[in-house]
Amino acid sequence: MKVQLNMIKKTHKSLLVSVGFFVFSLNAYADAYSNKSIATTPHIQTLAASCGACHGSQGNSVGGSSVLAGLDASHFVLQMMAFRNGSRSATVMQRHAKGLTVEEINDLAIYFAQQKRVTALIPPNQRLAE
Amino acid sequence: MAIDRRDFLKIAASKALFSLPMLSKAATQAKGRVVVIGGGYAGATAAKYLRTWSNGGLDVIVVEPRSQFVSCPLSNLVLGGNKDINDLTFGYDLLKSNHGIQWVNDEVVAIDVASRVVKMKQGELAYDRLVIAPGIDFMFEQLPMLQSPEAQEVVPHAWKAGAQTVNLRKQLESMKDGGVFVMSIPKAPYRCPPGPYERVCQVAFYLKNHKPNSKIIVLDANAEIISKKSLFTKAWAEMYAGMIDYRPNSSVLAVDVATKNVKTEFESVQANVLNVIPPQRAGKIAQIVGAASVDKRWCEVDFLTYESKIVPNVHIIGDSVSAALPKSAHMATSQARVCANAIVALLSDQAPDTLPVFANTCYSYVSDKMAMHVANVYRYDANKKMMVPAEGGGVSDKPSELEGNYAQAWAKNIWSDVLT
Repeated sequence: MKVQLNMIKKTHKSLLVSVGFFVFSLNAYADAYSNKSIATTPHIQTLAASCGACHGSQGNSVGGSSVLAGLDASHFVLQMMAFRNGSRSATVMQRHAKGLTVEEINDLAIYFAQQKRVTALIPPNQRLAE
Repeated sequence: MAIDRRDFLKIAASKALFSLPMLSKAATQAKGRVVVIGGGYAGATAAKYLRTWSNGGLDVIVVEPRSQFVSCPLSNLVLGGNKDINDLTFGYDLLKSNHGIQWVNDEVVAIDVASRVVKMKQGELAYDRLVIAPGIDFMFEQLPMLQSPEAQEVVPHAWKAGAQTVNLRKQLESMKDGGVFVMSIPKAPYRCPPGPYERVCQVAFYLKNHKPNSKIIVLDANAEIISKKSLFTKAWAEMYAGMIDYRPNSSVLAVDVATKNVKTEFESVQANVLNVIPPQRAGKIAQIVGAASVDKRWCEVDFLTYESKIVPNVHIIGDSVSAALPKSAHMATSQARVCANAIVALLSDQAPDTLPVFANTCYSYVSDKMAMHVANVYRYDANKKMMVPAEGGGVSDKPSELEGNYAQAWAKNIWSDVLT
């Protein structure tokens, strides 16, 4: 059995707003459905994969950009909202943060927090054969 | 609509309070065989994610005649002497073995869409769904004198990274100081909108440092620089002052290959090193299957699934697609993922995502280290039935070394994602 993870479909237990910030606890959510893997919607699956060009497969960057896999969800949301409102300056991330809905940012946060941190593979170079 | 932190809290809280957890049935396992023609950015990505998202349920076979992947992104740096072509060249071994993708080194000659069979030089493959990612083809009927491999030895396009990139670099290395490099740009749409202007920067960077009396003439069939215009204009004026002679509305009508002389409607231009980027259309396979209906050049698709509007069960991704989207590598992979996700849904009797969203980031180098971006999120518009740019997209304020580092990171990460 899988749980559709979507902010629309969550119990209030899953969302703990703490210390005046929108820090929500994934642990509380995970505890409520322990040992269940949380399915991602196709919408978030493809969107998250689109982040992979700069941040690596499932957010496992090979370097030069932030590792998003296993990143604390509240930290992710805080950073994205800061890119969005300009309180964190950026070269390119504001373009992406502004283009996403708050719900997408939220869902991406949960998606990336769930990804296992692994060492991403770098394909070895070859000598051009032509 | 601007949403601040407080709004976010409200939204999050309201959703949490008034909704219940939904427990969905385990998804039906996708079954069937998908053949992917082409192992470039789009095709390789589609193959990987078809296997990943079907949990190995789909058989995926890639048909690709070449045994190596050579990245077009960063290949202009080879011309500037800032990258080696071998830095951009990879095999497919990790992609194949990590994801159980079957691979056929062959060339497709025909597709029987009624019986769903791909015919290659050696053998045939039946499919449930076909993905075509053929990249671009050159319209040599407009410049027939450049069609032969011999002619392209002398006048390379270098618009598919590989041997021609190396050839053009060697020609620049052998050019005398005081020589003239002439490059022509076809009318849009073509692969990689900012690519030609980045190429001008790279060649200028090399000539400035090694052959400072040389000149660059740019013959652009377009009325103006079509991507990152103010940034390129400024970079050319400030970093390569006096070196670049940019001539808009200059379509190449003919080329004398032996003398490296180019004719436009208005003039003849003599080059020491000549680089003609020919007009382009969807790759050959898209033409063969009859999917290239827009101006007989590009393929119309359903942006929820990338299925051809003309040929059923055939999906087309990457540069061949007719869209108000830049023909970039990141875009090709973004389209590939939406397509893969939709095919997995279709082959497990589920509905594809009705509102796909994806990102595109494209960096251009103006020197050995400095780069600038154009970036945008694109969102499906259900009324227009197409992908439209979301709020917040745009270009860099100025090129920087920081963005040069990000461009390298982009390349390393996309190679890791696509090829492993």
